[in-house]
Amino acid sequence: MNQPLIEARQLRVTIGDKAIIDRLNLGVASGERLAILGRNGAGKSTLLSTLAGLRKPASGAVLLEGEDAALLHPRQAALRRAWLGQFQNDPFGSTVLETALTGRHPHLGRWDWESTRDAELARGALRAVGLAGMEERQIHTLSGGERQRLAIATLLTQAAPLYLLDEPLSHLDLNHQMAVLELFAGTARDCGAGVIMVLHDPALAHRFCDRALLVYGDGQTRLGPVDDILTAATLSELYGYGLRQIEDRGHRCFIPE
Amino acid sequence: MPTRRRAILILSALCLLAVGSFMLALTVGSFKVAYADVFAALLGREGGGGDVVLQLRLPRAIAGFACGGLLALAGALMQVLLRNPLADPYVLGISGGAGVGAMFAILIGLPVLGIDGLAFAGALGAMFIVFGLAHGDGSWTQTRLLLTGVIVAAGCGALVALMLAIAEEHKLRGMLFWLMGDLGQSSQWWPPLAALVVALTLAMPFARELNLLSRGMMQAQALGVAVDRLRYAIYLLASLATAASVTTAGSIGFVGLVVPHLVRLATGNDQRLLLPASVLAGGSLLVLADTLARTLIAPQQLPVGVLTALIGVPVFLFLLSRQPK
Repeated sequence: MNQPLIEARQLRVTIGDKAIIDRLNLGVASGERLAILGRNGAGKSTLLSTLAGLRKPASGAVLLEGEDAALLHPRQAALRRAWLGQFQNDPFGSTVLETALTGRHPHLGRWDWESTRDAELARGALRAVGLAGMEERQIHTLSGGERQRLAIATLLTQAAPLYLLDEPLSHLDLNHQMAVLELFAGTARDCGAGVIMVLHDPALAHRFCDRALLVYGDGQTRLGPVDDILTAATLSELYGYGLRQIEDRGHRCFIPE
Repeated sequence: MPTRRRAILILSALCLLAVGSFMLALTVGSFKVAYADVFAALLGREGGGGDVVLQLRLPRAIAGFACGGLLALAGALMQVLLRNPLADPYVLGISGGAGVGAMFAILIGLPVLGIDGLAFAGALGAMFIVFGLAHGDGSWTQTRLLLTGVIVAAGCGALVALMLAIAEEHKLRGMLFWLMGDLGQSSQWWPPLAALVVALTLAMPFARELNLLSRGMMQAQALGVAVDRLRYAIYLLASLATAASVTTAGSIGFVGLVVPHLVRLATGNDQRLLLPASVLAGGSLLVLADTLARTLIAPQQLPVGVLTALIGVPVFLFLLSRQPK
């Protein structure tokens, strides 16, 4: 019982010869939310795709529900975690509903076609991100923000217990940023999903996550509860720029000096 | 997304088109055969023109259908593999390699079997060179694969031009017809047909995974597709399909590029429907084009590759302009 959804053991991640993560131990259990913060190019996305099992670690292991991600069939992995990438480009046309339905792939057998129930799930996911009524639109007619929300809907359709989100807020305006973060907070609270997300705004990380992982880009990392680790001092050091911390009704805010 | 029922309806309609193209191919020509005689001949009864139908036109129509189907299938697969709508079966140099082999065989005066053999060997050679070079550092990204293929194709083109330049006058016509694509030279009808059946049977189980692959390698991997293995498999499958077609009928252009696009414009980009529909449409198109090629200025024959382009270009432009933005 209480097996973590994902566990990193002595994880070492390299890009070329450079180690960006070294000896990282990490576990995320059901209902937990973890933010990953760091400078541009520090290796946040690389770490996240390694955690998703899409990239081989240099050493150490990633366990998804107790099994080594490197040994899992991609299909089994897809039932245990959903991954949101940073870039979507679509050389071929497709409708919004078709795109959302791709999330059902790991649940379907080789010869199955998507059923009405799958379509209902996809429509529900589209409603959840505010894309109801756009099912038949071609994806290349969508704006950047709509495309991002469609990617999130696809993730919800996949219905895995763990979400790995690489900059889920990119292209989103303020109201949709809050809506998406509240959506995942609600999924974690009500459905016991685990969420790991790469964020740029430490204030949002403080408000919507339980713990934060700071990635320095030279192999060092720091992990801790958001209240302890997201402070003006640590963040100023992380970003290499002085920050001032302001508290307002329990929310923390960071302002550049 | 087409439902399974809609997919079956569309495929049935295309089957009818294929049957229609065969009927036309069997009846018209410099020697006209009535429909009744065609049926009689197909059912094995002796009759007027039975030999023409069974010995000449039917094998040629089957070979044409198989080659068209193979090219359309290979084109659809290459477009997914390279995630590039401009990809066609020849983009990775397969036809270039086959062309070098075939030109050399004609140049040194080999018989038909030798031409086919060297063409196939050339296609396989190009396939392994491109794969070896593109895969060299283990990355084998779409861009690297595409660039390697284009360069190898260009090199083959230069070799072909060289051989054309030094060829004797009386061999030139045969060489040009081979390069433009011509079904008159096909010696056997069953190898391409067998290749078509095998290729489609192998590709269909992976159709939904191909849908995901066309949306990006990482996305597909994240959604549960064993991407590396799938890409090897489609590279091999598309290359061998192309090699089988090119060996049979030379490098018939345009079918492999345009037919998948026509089908995509009409039915959407779901590979479960796109692959079989492309096979049927490509096969039918080539049978029709070949019928025209041997009747338009009969008893002279045109190379069918010229006609596929002449039919395909306006149809494609029409569909493109009609497509809502």
